[in-house]
Amino acid sequence: MSSTVISHGAAHHDAHDHHQETFLTKYIFSQDHKMIAKQFLITGIVMAVFAMLLSILFRIQLAWPDTDFPILEVFLGKWAEGGRIKPEFFLSLVTIHGTMMVFFVLTAGLSGTFSNLLIPYQLGARDMASPLMNMLSYWFFFTACVIMTASFFVESGPASAGWTIYPPLSSVPTSIPGSGLGMTLWLISMTLFIVSQVLGGVNYISTVLNMRTKGMDLWKMPLTIWAFFLTAIVGLLSFPVLVSAVVLLFFDRSVGTSFYLSDLVVQGEILPNEGGSPILFQHLFWFLGHPEVYIVVMPALGLTSEIISTNSRKPIFGYHAMVYSLVGITVLSFIVWGHHMFVTGMNPFLGGVFMITTLIIAVPSAVKAFNYIATLWRGNIRFTPAMMFAIGMVSFFVSGGLTGLYLGNAALDINLHDTYFVVAHFHLVMGSASIFGMLAGVYHWYPKMFGRMMDTKLGYLHFWLTFIGAYLVFFPMHFMGIDGVPRRYYTFTAFPFMDKWISVNLLITWAAIIAGLAQVAFLWNFFASIWKGKKATQNPWGSNTLEWTTPVEHIHGNWPGEIPTVYRWPYDYSKPGHDTDFIPQTVPFSETMSSNLPHDFEGNEEAIRIQEEWNKANNREVIEG
Amino acid sequence: MKFKINNRFRAVLGCLLAVGLLFSTPSFAFQQDSLAQDTAVSAATDTVEEGQVDTAAAGAVADTAATAEEGGAAAATTSGSSSSSSSATVVDEGPQIDPQVYKNLTYYILLFLIVCTVVAVVGKVLSIYELTRKMNGKYNPFANNTFQATLFIIFLVAFLAFVYYGYAVWGDWAWRAAVTEHGERIDTMFIITTVIITIVLVLVHILLLTFPYIYRMRKGTKAYYYPHNDTIEKIWTIVPAVVLTVLVLFGFFTWRSITNVPEDLQKSAIQVEVLGEQFQWQIRYPGNDGVIGKRNYKLTTPMNSYGIDFNDKHAWDDIQASDIVIPVNKSVRFHIISKDIIHSFYIPDFRVQINAVPGMTNYFQFTPTMTTEDMREKMNDPKYDFIMLCNKICGSGHYNMQKKVIVVTEEEYKEWLSTQNKYFTEDLQKEFAATNSGDPKEFTTASLN
Repeated sequence: MSSTVISHGAAHHDAHDHHQETFLTKYIFSQDHKMIAKQFLITGIVMAVFAMLLSILFRIQLAWPDTDFPILEVFLGKWAEGGRIKPEFFLSLVTIHGTMMVFFVLTAGLSGTFSNLLIPYQLGARDMASPLMNMLSYWFFFTACVIMTASFFVESGPASAGWTIYPPLSSVPTSIPGSGLGMTLWLISMTLFIVSQVLGGVNYISTVLNMRTKGMDLWKMPLTIWAFFLTAIVGLLSFPVLVSAVVLLFFDRSVGTSFYLSDLVVQGEILPNEGGSPILFQHLFWFLGHPEVYIVVMPALGLTSEIISTNSRKPIFGYHAMVYSLVGITVLSFIVWGHHMFVTGMNPFLGGVFMITTLIIAVPSAVKAFNYIATLWRGNIRFTPAMMFAIGMVSFFVSGGLTGLYLGNAALDINLHDTYFVVAHFHLVMGSASIFGMLAGVYHWYPKMFGRMMDTKLGYLHFWLTFIGAYLVFFPMHFMGIDGVPRRYYTFTAFPFMDKWISVNLLITWAAIIAGLAQVAFLWNFFASIWKGKKATQNPWGSNTLEWTTPVEHIHGNWPGEIPTVYRWPYDYSKPGHDTDFIPQTVPFSETMSSNLPHDFEGNEEAIRIQEEWNKANNREVIEG
Repeated sequence: MKFKINNRFRAVLGCLLAVGLLFSTPSFAFQQDSLAQDTAVSAATDTVEEGQVDTAAAGAVADTAATAEEGGAAAATTSGSSSSSSSATVVDEGPQIDPQVYKNLTYYILLFLIVCTVVAVVGKVLSIYELTRKMNGKYNPFANNTFQATLFIIFLVAFLAFVYYGYAVWGDWAWRAAVTEHGERIDTMFIITTVIITIVLVLVHILLLTFPYIYRMRKGTKAYYYPHNDTIEKIWTIVPAVVLTVLVLFGFFTWRSITNVPEDLQKSAIQVEVLGEQFQWQIRYPGNDGVIGKRNYKLTTPMNSYGIDFNDKHAWDDIQASDIVIPVNKSVRFHIISKDIIHSFYIPDFRVQINAVPGMTNYFQFTPTMTTEDMREKMNDPKYDFIMLCNKICGSGHYNMQKKVIVVTEEEYKEWLSTQNKYFTEDLQKEFAATNSGDPKEFTTASLN
């Protein structure tokens, strides 16, 4: 059933429009969901570029371990003395690359952008439930980004214990220089980030539950909204656990407690800590850490569903199954975290249980992948750049997801844990797939965000270079992992059995550099089109959802008049009997008598009777499959 | 009209830029080469000079150090001179980076800009082509759609070839059959999983990348309104579920058989303790009594870096080994501990891995099935060794924290074990005796006073 609808009268709303907006309130401390979405997106892009540059740096080290690059010394100073990256700094690069990509780009940049943009738009709301909290959410996120970046300007370097920051490495500064001030900054930054996520998540959930327009019941919501809604629930339930983990770690580091520490002799010095357990941290971390993977990938799946359906001009196949599989993933994501800890010394029986739950989660994921393919089947596919990225996303989701069957299997994980196989797996399934989902979203909703179109040719160039580049980078890594090459190794020169992979490392690094440069095409396209792009029309993709009923020019409150009412689900594409190949959600069934199906009326006897009469009068025969 | 002029102006400008770059770059590169030679020569002389200066400076520092010891009066002047010399070295360090480095960077940036220009020019040419087609009325709005769909087909072929290449070449590099009893079971499961996922990967990609081609938008095509089909959905929920159930059960029982070793087998196995620390491993065998002595991290001293508690008499005969040596076809139970932070005990050839966690002991029990000698013969590599390496990020030396694992016959193992040294060396015995007897002595002296 529909919930409370806050219907602003048009006249009443106009009065609101006239309050003075200064530069500061419009662009900086904006409380408008559209502007906040843009802020999230651009911050996310900046962070993505930064994190990508870090990855190129360590890829250079891995490909040419015996070569000096004096230019690195120019930029990095003592961290690359003589043109060679130091091992400690290599670990910092890996750590910050991971942290920024996972949290700042794929969590905030992805769901921050599109939840903010699309939840009010696609639900028919004037704005978020709490615009102030929304603004705070962005500014906490921004501060977190600034602090994390600032850790590069600390004498002892940024955090370098891996993005999972396992203590004791992260808590004992004598064990690695990055665990000094750099780690403290990491923890502060992460705490602020979590505050941002909680503020955002509460907002998304309350908006979805309370502010849907008339007629928009839950089963008429686009899959994007379902994905954002469930993602917000996952985030809200799991991020606070990370806060507790981070705060306890902070105590261990700065106050002298022993939550995670016991029996340590670091660099010959016997530490006084007793009674703690490093495994406790791993449990707390992965209780967030695994749901985090779904926080990253579910919005991408939602965006992809919408884009594939729109551009195949065909309803998404199995809408209900898609929602149930998202719900299934949401629930299961909380009881699989142990699969990151099979070989940490966790009770082996518990490991076996986690293995069972982990492999069950493959079922809803498989359903989603098959449904995407079924949506493409007999479609009328239009290859916009967004559609290309969406197809690429499904490809990555499948090829990365399948290798999860190895890693989720405790017995196989013995040999693959923490090797390059893992790196390949998660870079494909959550890294590349989510980035592609995000890019698909950017290409698709750019006209809505900026009122202009992006250049399609640059979009295709960007897609092909990135798609091929990502496969060249990550696919060979599986084999290195099977051979037993551990991740986070500074160089492969210390072991004879790794010599053979030097050539593969070269290939990977070159592919990474080319794919990295290809992002320039995107950046140019993105930023230049803000001012110079072709003016967008109101509904450039022929889409059904509500956001395309708003005017191209952004206005406060989204719709100039009354908020439109929703009559149908969002996927009536190519419905037989209708003259266009899409019927927006705002079109009532009374206007589409020639294409209505008995199923549309959800058992409303009166409506079915009227339709049947009309069918008889117009000689229309309906066969519903 | 205005638009046209503007466009032409831009095209001309772009052409000028491209031509300019085209001409300037080779000469630039040539110039650079000659420069590089010059700088190489000068750099050589520079280093010679610098070397001389360095030795001189070193001499001066030594001198100052000597004088500093002599008297306070001289110290002021020497510190002055040393600071001036250090400032001189700072000045030297400034231009240490060869100017060539900056030029190379500029060169690469220019190269990239040229690529960008080429891309821009190609883009412009394409749009001009499209415009002319439109003017001639021959424009096909679906041409690009077909083109991209064709690219997907080409990608599909390339992708499948790439996967095949990966399996055939890299897979061959990577794959070595396990040489432990449990490892063979893991390998069987690995191969079954690989077969299943390869089939799924290939089939899904064939469908995912051919459908876009077959069902691309063309003139007059229409999509088929097909919102759901419960039967099909049930099938592709149940089939993966069944396949996964089989894998789960198989995996679960394998996992239990590896980790859940019966108690009598635990006791009858050879016990070996491995301690990880930054950035090395220490190995301890239990000695004749077959029991590993207690360890107490609080007893760690420079001489007893392992922290063995010699109050426990089981520790007295514990044996120190430089490599992990184990007999073939005998069950070995490893006790994995850590001295400082988390490490991971990982032997890829054995399909063995368990983390070394401070404050707790982890165990891994397995039976190797092939000696190092046999493995070398099989691999046709006389230098091949089983390697145990650290597989959990542990600091700057993480990438080189290894131990050789040597599997030998039972006789060789016994012989080897008898030649190894004990942890309880004479020095340690003295230290132990001193600390143990030290306390009573003090008491007696106290009472005497």
